[in-house]
Amino acid sequence: MSYIPNTPEDQQAMLATLGLSSLEELLSPVPENVRLRRALDLPPALAEPDLKRLLGTMAVRNKNLDTTISFLGAGTYDHAVPSVVPHLQHRSEFVTSYTPYQPEVSQGMLQAIYEFQTMVCQITGLDIANASLYDGATALIEAVLLAIGPGGRGEVVISMGVDPQYRRVLHTYAHARGFNVKEVPTRDGVTSVEDLDAAVSATTAAVVIQQPNFFGCIEDMRAIEPIAHKGKAVFVTTITEPASLGMLASPGDYGADIAVGELMSFGNTMSYGGPALGFMAARNKYMRLLPGRLVGQTVEEGGDKRTGYVLTLQTREQHIRRERATSNICTNQSLLAVGATIYMAAIGKQGFRELGELCLQKAHYAFRQITAIPGYSAKFGSLFFDEFVITAPVSSHKLQRHLDQAGIIGGYALHGSYPDMENDILFCVTETRAKEDIDTLVSVLKEVQA
Amino acid sequence: MAKLQHPANLKYSKTDEWVRVDGDQATIGITDYAQDQLGDIVYIELPWDGSQSVSEDGKFGDIESVKATSELISPLSGEIVKVNENLKDTPELINDSPYETGWMFVMKISDPAELDRLMSADEYKAYLEGR
Amino acid sequence: MRSVESLIFEKGAPGRRAATMTAMDVPTEALESMVPASMLRKEPAPLPEVSEIEIVRHYTHLSQRNFGVDTGFYPLGSCTMKYNPKLNEDMAVLPGFAHIHPLQPDSTVQGAIQLIYELEQYLAEISGMARVTLQPSAGAHGELTGLMLIKAYHEHNGQGHRNLVLIPDNAHGTNPASATLADYRSVEVKSDAQTGGIDMEHLKALLDANAANIAAIMMTNPNTLGLFDSKIAEIATLVHEVGGQLYYDGANANAVLGITRPGDMGFDVVHFNLHKTCSTPHGGGGPGAGPIGVKEHLVPFLPGPMPARNEQGYSWEDVGPLSIGKMRANKGNFGVLVRAYTYIRTYGPDGLLHVSQSAILNANYLKHALESDYEIAYPQTCQHEFVATAERQKEEHDVTALDIAKRLLDFGMYAPTVYFPLIVHEAMMIEPTETETRETLDYFVSVMRQIAEEARTNPEIVKTAPHTTPVGRLDQALAARKPNLRWTMGQEGTH
Repeated sequence: MSYIPNTPEDQQAMLATLGLSSLEELLSPVPENVRLRRALDLPPALAEPDLKRLLGTMAVRNKNLDTTISFLGAGTYDHAVPSVVPHLQHRSEFVTSYTPYQPEVSQGMLQAIYEFQTMVCQITGLDIANASLYDGATALIEAVLLAIGPGGRGEVVISMGVDPQYRRVLHTYAHARGFNVKEVPTRDGVTSVEDLDAAVSATTAAVVIQQPNFFGCIEDMRAIEPIAHKGKAVFVTTITEPASLGMLASPGDYGADIAVGELMSFGNTMSYGGPALGFMAARNKYMRLLPGRLVGQTVEEGGDKRTGYVLTLQTREQHIRRERATSNICTNQSLLAVGATIYMAAIGKQGFRELGELCLQKAHYAFRQITAIPGYSAKFGSLFFDEFVITAPVSSHKLQRHLDQAGIIGGYALHGSYPDMENDILFCVTETRAKEDIDTLVSVLKEVQA
Repeated sequence: MAKLQHPANLKYSKTDEWVRVDGDQATIGITDYAQDQLGDIVYIELPWDGSQSVSEDGKFGDIESVKATSELISPLSGEIVKVNENLKDTPELINDSPYETGWMFVMKISDPAELDRLMSADEYKAYLEGR
Repeated sequence: MRSVESLIFEKGAPGRRAATMTAMDVPTEALESMVPASMLRKEPAPLPEVSEIEIVRHYTHLSQRNFGVDTGFYPLGSCTMKYNPKLNEDMAVLPGFAHIHPLQPDSTVQGAIQLIYELEQYLAEISGMARVTLQPSAGAHGELTGLMLIKAYHEHNGQGHRNLVLIPDNAHGTNPASATLADYRSVEVKSDAQTGGIDMEHLKALLDANAANIAAIMMTNPNTLGLFDSKIAEIATLVHEVGGQLYYDGANANAVLGITRPGDMGFDVVHFNLHKTCSTPHGGGGPGAGPIGVKEHLVPFLPGPMPARNEQGYSWEDVGPLSIGKMRANKGNFGVLVRAYTYIRTYGPDGLLHVSQSAILNANYLKHALESDYEIAYPQTCQHEFVATAERQKEEHDVTALDIAKRLLDFGMYAPTVYFPLIVHEAMMIEPTETETRETLDYFVSVMRQIAEEARTNPEIVKTAPHTTPVGRLDQALAARKPNLRWTMGQEGTH
């Protein structure tokens, strides 16, 4: 099967205009010493119906969350997508366009992104936001690089309550770029304020706290903020569960300078973790330092002065700054940003609050039920949003196996990232978990005793 | 190039700044050629909080147009006396009037010998031809 | 037709809503018992209050104010705007691919790991590399990953002092930006004025002067001028001789499928842009995917985990102690990978070769047809793209590449990339791709001829274009001087 519309006859006629008779003649600039003189060793072409069968079989070998109950969160959250979102997001004029270099014919995308930027500010309580970054982890990196500034040297203080994958990515970039990372431990599931105070100095470039943190616990941001700001550090908050912003105080409210995180769960498919939707929101003073694309509102040059939208402040970016750029991002996550925008418009002011309440209440119901089972206890005494850590009477490995046999995808086993947490599991309950799902989980857990 | 103006009474640097000498003080800005190259200027970073020393060939700010950014290099050493506050809100004055209302800062010259290293208007025009 | 569409924030009314939430079916507790008031939002976030029909009309109108490949010809050089197959879209949204969690136990996502495992093999074969990581999210992300691998490799071999990356003067801006992020210094290599390829004398001089400090050279072949650098094997030898590594920017890979492979050219690292070469849609600015292929000596440094297969099935394996770590959370842009996988299985080996051959034919066909009206930067046979210029039009009529780009919009086509590469004045980089019909190409040529004629006889119509688009030229200076990056209650309404 092929999407090349020209037939061999068409191609012969085109070759004739060039005075050539074969496609091979066009390849003369490629020297023989690098020519591939055999066919690529790939499976032969398949027709559409055969491809559907092949891929359908592959897809069915995966347990999907449409038909399997899951209590996995740990950085990726299951939030229901209203049907209106994909119907609009997948309109091909959005899907098949690219960067709006010619804004006159890209007003649709540009305006949608301006709306996205606005909504990100509305939910975070900050002043400005960019058009998206690859994911929450790389958004955190961008915030750290912004805080450190050109030259790339400096120190970042980060809580161990931040997602372990995000911290792994931070260490990777730190090693390559040449900046330092200092990790601060948690106590009872939240950042240890005393240890944080000891770690932050007058020269710290950035302080990073996740809210709610990886364990689902709610950090005391009002106590943390003055510590983060005692020197010249930029206070960065990381948000992986955006539903929390429907209930909890916003970054703008508790004094963060920059908020980054993951918005993929708003209106987009989970798709095994990617493509994702990193976001960055910040105070006005960082405007000219913000990485990524920025859409601005303007008017026509000509007489009518209609409202229009353009990519702006482009001199921040790689195509102009080149080696002096502080970020290299070009292609980002625009289509997912459109999905998140339509989602936030669809659930609206009321729905956003309801979403937060549903997640909070359902998670706390699950928590009460599970901790009432003999042998199961809460790991932490700290407040939480829609995730919590349970210490099971058996190893998490054994428990996961049992849940799997019962057809349930359980919570996230923590010992992989926190080796001393052998029996600890992070359970997430969003609005997609019905009461009966939770009750089923509880009855299965009751079957597993030490 | 013929339409660009480079007044005879000023001195010029290789990084496209002009200098108007007035006793032991100098006013600094960027040339007509520079503003033309940059295009529509949208933003400028200058030492707004005043008294700061600058050195010959040292950076004193950043300038940004729609399509480019550039560092601003001081042609002389000395102390900054006054900065053109109007450029904060209307940087386009630099495009409209690079030598008058688009002036950037006034300084006290610390080493008059540096003036000899600058170009005259004719030398600057010749320099531009060669670029 | 000129028009405006007001913002979603300017629509709706208090109390309106679209989607409804599921019912609260669990016994609830008082809010204060779970979270103290000081930690709660005081005011709800001021998201819009609109009904579903308002949302549908709003975003439908926005889509109608947007131009995509599905709308018309999109010859954006170096972006490879080829047709995005709908089959690929359908495969990506199969529930078994779309609704799986990245942290699900391996045993519950065997089909997903299998797809990634097989895609890795296909990309390794296409590029002539040993292994490929599908982790990076876009080309620039892949570039940074590749440079980090090179850096780790040099450090491991006691060559950590190497701090220079050679980059041709016609390179894409992400190249030097990525080098800076990897804490490297970029050194520009000049292009040969005649061949458009690397200036070998300049390259040799740079290698001689800096031998001990060269970490790598970053190149693409064909380059951004659309020209294949026939000296590539010699370049590879020279760079390797001083101990440097070769990085291949895969942005132009649409010209080489089945014809030549970066691995065979001598490259050590290559990135792909799946949203270019493998037809995954550009999404108005993403998502993309930028997998990185490496030769054997760089495999131990790859970011992890990597897919593996044994008798039990598929799993994720740690790379090992030399791994650079992780470039992002989770495994990669899986949704994009599904599309790329489907694309490669659609064409097979003969099909992919034909893709590149056809892309090259279409570009040369256009180049030849435009020669009489426009200066062509380099007259020799091009690959999948070429650079025309508006030099003649600028000299004679003061009509620029920008003006021509805007005028093309009036004819229902998108403009080529303009003002890139930087080394060509009034550049228009044209890449038709293989998925355009001959008639479309002929139409493009006839319009370009008409615009050249207009430049001669009626330049004003070109200089004030576009005329038929939803808005005319926009005030970029105002947008940068008085940035308005978000709607605020009380700001001037859309007009």
